[in-house]
Amino acid sequence: MAEFKSILFEQMIKEFAEKEVKPLAQEIDEQERFPLETVEKMARLGLLGIIIPREYGGAGGNYPMYIKAVEELSKHCATTGVVLSGHTSLCVAPILEYGTEDQKKRYLPHLATGKKLGAFALTEPNAGTDASNQQTRAIEKDDHYLLNGSKIFITNAGYASVYIVIAVTGFGPKGPEMSAFIVDGDMEGFTVGKKEKKMGIRGSATCELIFENVKVPKENMLGKRGDGFKIAMKTLDGGRIGIAAQALGIAEGALETTISYVKSRKQFGKPISAFQNTQFVLADLATKIEASRLLVYSATDAKQNKLPTLSVKAAQAKLFAAETAMEVTTKCVQLHGGYGYTREYPVERMMRDAKITEIYEGTSEVQRMVISGALLKK
Amino acid sequence: MKIIVCIKQVPNTTEIKIDPVTNTLKRDGVPSIINPDDKTAIEVALQLKERCGAEVTVITMGPTQAEKALREALAMGCDNAYLLTDRAFAGSDTLATSTIIASAIRKLGADIVLCGRQAIDGDTAQVGPQIAEHLDIPQITYVSAVEYDGEREVLVVRRQFEDRYQTLEVKGQCLLTILSNLCTPRYMNAWDMVAQDQKEIGIITFKDLELDKAHIGLGGSPTKVKSTATKQFDKTIETLELDPESAARAIVDSLKARHLI
Repeated sequence: MAEFKSILFEQMIKEFAEKEVKPLAQEIDEQERFPLETVEKMARLGLLGIIIPREYGGAGGNYPMYIKAVEELSKHCATTGVVLSGHTSLCVAPILEYGTEDQKKRYLPHLATGKKLGAFALTEPNAGTDASNQQTRAIEKDDHYLLNGSKIFITNAGYASVYIVIAVTGFGPKGPEMSAFIVDGDMEGFTVGKKEKKMGIRGSATCELIFENVKVPKENMLGKRGDGFKIAMKTLDGGRIGIAAQALGIAEGALETTISYVKSRKQFGKPISAFQNTQFVLADLATKIEASRLLVYSATDAKQNKLPTLSVKAAQAKLFAAETAMEVTTKCVQLHGGYGYTREYPVERMMRDAKITEIYEGTSEVQRMVISGALLKK
Repeated sequence: MKIIVCIKQVPNTTEIKIDPVTNTLKRDGVPSIINPDDKTAIEVALQLKERCGAEVTVITMGPTQAEKALREALAMGCDNAYLLTDRAFAGSDTLATSTIIASAIRKLGADIVLCGRQAIDGDTAQVGPQIAEHLDIPQITYVSAVEYDGEREVLVVRRQFEDRYQTLEVKGQCLLTILSNLCTPRYMNAWDMVAQDQKEIGIITFKDLELDKAHIGLGGSPTKVKSTATKQFDKTIETLELDPESAARAIVDSLKARHLI
């Protein structure tokens, strides 16, 4: 019986992406505009709460449905894909996994219905790949923690009202002790700073967060004190599947639009699809996309079934899907020739969008560290 | 208020190709969809449900594969779904089909019956009106707007003609056939999509209904399809090199000569 849910979901998200997301993709990229209207539409369809159980107002769906959604949205608009991925993987998922009953009841219903959008804040100016070098401090005081510091490159910043923030709560013999907090967007002393001007995913809001003596109530600590780094890393394991799905979607979208282009573009009196170079390039790209798809779905299965292989599978899926997206979009631009370099054709945007998937939520180099680390530990 | 929406699963004709050898439709691998007029009828029912708390039941007659269409309706927010399926129903023409569906509606009970105007595969527009005749209830066809006046308990319905509208009020049991341009059907939503997996589709067979075998199935169908043929279009291309004004005139003259305008 469960198969109907998946079949119907795929049908719905494809239609939604085609009719509601695709027409806006170029405009939000050009104007660097956050697609608020699309987020509201997604909220009404329950897409922001796919993985949230019904008792907290969510759809009670599963991880494969959520990943399918990111993939299909990203086929047409990678910005929309990352809005959903950031919200679900990086905010909803950690609250679901580490939240107390009280936290789940307070936050999940709003996150499920889209009353509130979620975000995650780990990266700092001097803590990128070296994520443990955190400078943001949370000092315990009476009934709260006093939060000071700043974060950068935060997806959904400004539009989100729930932020998972990692901060240093003390120092032990092994180094800094980190903890995770749920910070409300309207807490006093919390401001959103400058918005980045990016190469791609230009509709998504990527900003700095500034915390000046923000009083975060103790009941907003996520998980146990000192678990912050673990929570961040586990959260990113899940998030990487979302980004891998985004990369997969970008590659699929680029290939799809290129196939129709090469069939209609004529040179030397015949469509360029009649040339063997075109045919061979398309064959290679389609094969790599299929490999990406299998890795992404396999990692999704590991997440859904809580398999111990999740961390490595997520890293492999993201590494391969991101590098494939970059290669596919670059070659699709090439097949478009001069037109591909213009903003008249979506492959130009797709190539710019693809690049970020090799960087955020762990660069390709970080994924190689995770994969090789697991290999050499054996 | 109980609303029954009658739907049909049809091949997505936008994806149908014609076999060049046999000149027949190639249905293999063509995805099935809810007939567009019927999908709008579902939307009308769901809007009435939201405004005045109706219970929406969706029914279809067909093979077991038609379950997907019913589940899609549930994922849009319909409350119950029934599949009318039996070997005895096979080969029914519109009269036999409407006999079976009317019998099921009598069994399930409904205040309002909604149908699409016509299906994109058969294009007869007969089943809806025939159901109303079998049930002996008022019918309004070609409906392009529906409002419910709760105070007076009447449906205010706009009926579309080629050149005019007619506004009608109907009280009590009735059947409407809906035009797809009445409104845009909603998307399925994640909540109802997950919930439908827990719902049973009611199965209604011959023995559940009060039917005479002489009036259903192939044997009970007075209409027989003698042959089906694909329309042939004469494609001739005429190239004229003219300035824009003369070109426009030439096109208009050519269309007029063929009585197309």
